[in-house]
Amino acid sequence: MKPFAISAAVVVAASVHLPALAHGFVGQRFFPATIATDDPFVADELSLPTVSTQRVDSSAEPPTRQRSIEAEFSKRITSDFGISLGVAHQRISAQGQPAVSGYENVDLGFKYQLHRSEAHESLIAVGLGWEIGGTGSRAVREPVSTFTPTFFFGKGFGDLPNSWSSLKPLAVTGTVGVAFPSRSSTVTTSVDPDTGATASDTERHPNVLQLGLAAMYSLPYLQSAVRDVGLRAPLDRMIPIVEIALERPLNRVENRRVKGTVNPGLLWAGRHVQLGLEAIVPINRRSGHGVGAVVQLHFFLDDIFPRSIGRPLFGSAP
Amino acid sequence: MVAAAAAAVQAHAFLDHADPRVGSAVKVAPAEVSLWFSEEIEPAFSSLKVLDAAGQRVDKGDAHVDVAEHDVLRVSLQRLGAGAYTVEWRVVSVDTHVTEGKFAFQVRP
Repeated sequence: MKPFAISAAVVVAASVHLPALAHGFVGQRFFPATIATDDPFVADELSLPTVSTQRVDSSAEPPTRQRSIEAEFSKRITSDFGISLGVAHQRISAQGQPAVSGYENVDLGFKYQLHRSEAHESLIAVGLGWEIGGTGSRAVREPVSTFTPTFFFGKGFGDLPNSWSSLKPLAVTGTVGVAFPSRSSTVTTSVDPDTGATASDTERHPNVLQLGLAAMYSLPYLQSAVRDVGLRAPLDRMIPIVEIALERPLNRVENRRVKGTVNPGLLWAGRHVQLGLEAIVPINRRSGHGVGAVVQLHFFLDDIFPRSIGRPLFGSAP
Repeated sequence: MVAAAAAAVQAHAFLDHADPRVGSAVKVAPAEVSLWFSEEIEPAFSSLKVLDAAGQRVDKGDAHVDVAEHDVLRVSLQRLGAGAYTVEWRVVSVDTHVTEGKFAFQVRP
């Protein structure tokens, strides 16, 4: 992996003053860290590891399994602005072919919380993702950088009328973004060793619309804010969830069909860590074949190290 | 190593359970409301109040952390009649994180 540097110019010093609330909380609503989609919060967190396996072949390709091990570190710069750094190791095994493996490009993220409403359990944020092209292993990396401006939102339904109390533990988070590659195409030239003839292959890089949605039913919220139904550990900390991650090329390629997955699963949020397990279900054959799985161990650094790396670098205390 | 360090420190204080229970209907008006949290809490920065359906406070303003159990917050109540009540709480755990919440209960003789 090539080294990289973060420009100091991206650090924003000013911020809107907020109460010193806990990670992922808006009012009394706790939003867990989601796996397949990104949540709207800035935080001091570490996902290590996120392990997934799924078949990624479409109907025209031989069976191909992709296994990935990922890590992501998120850090608050101020109480509203945060950055994240993600790395992943991938292994792709296609039937009848030698497996290829290596590190994907480094992912850098910037996020700013624009607005939050405690009464309505809602949050809006904007961000920019930067996949740094060329930083990964040659076998699996993308050759180009990609910049993805993204809009994030989160909404808990605790403000529903009391006649709808059974629905109050529901919450949704979502993202809307467009990935812009740093160049529209990559030309690869090869030389036939027998004839000496050269051949070129052009890979086009489209802009890609990316949509994410997570719907969850919080049993901790049910127990502490709606009705104590007698759940005890570990059930009282569990959050059933369904995540949907979709993408669609917008230009430069002929096939612009939507591809993506639906991920039903279960999260368990403890004092210092969160565990997650989701199935990965492709929405169509272009998105893969069969059901995969992803598991995640997630650390709440603001709880583990509240007086050091678990607090914003600048601004109000956590 | 991170997980081992986690075992020695506090965390955000979640509401574990309450008396009266969250969302419950009780036949006998309680003399106090008690909240049990997942962490020990800072008494100086924690608050607990109880409101009636009209939004008027019906507690005695003596919210306090239990002397023996530092993860329990209590407040005494005035004599409650039949009706719906809201408990509003805000606590700071010993690791300085703030959590807050509210829930309802009813007195239904």
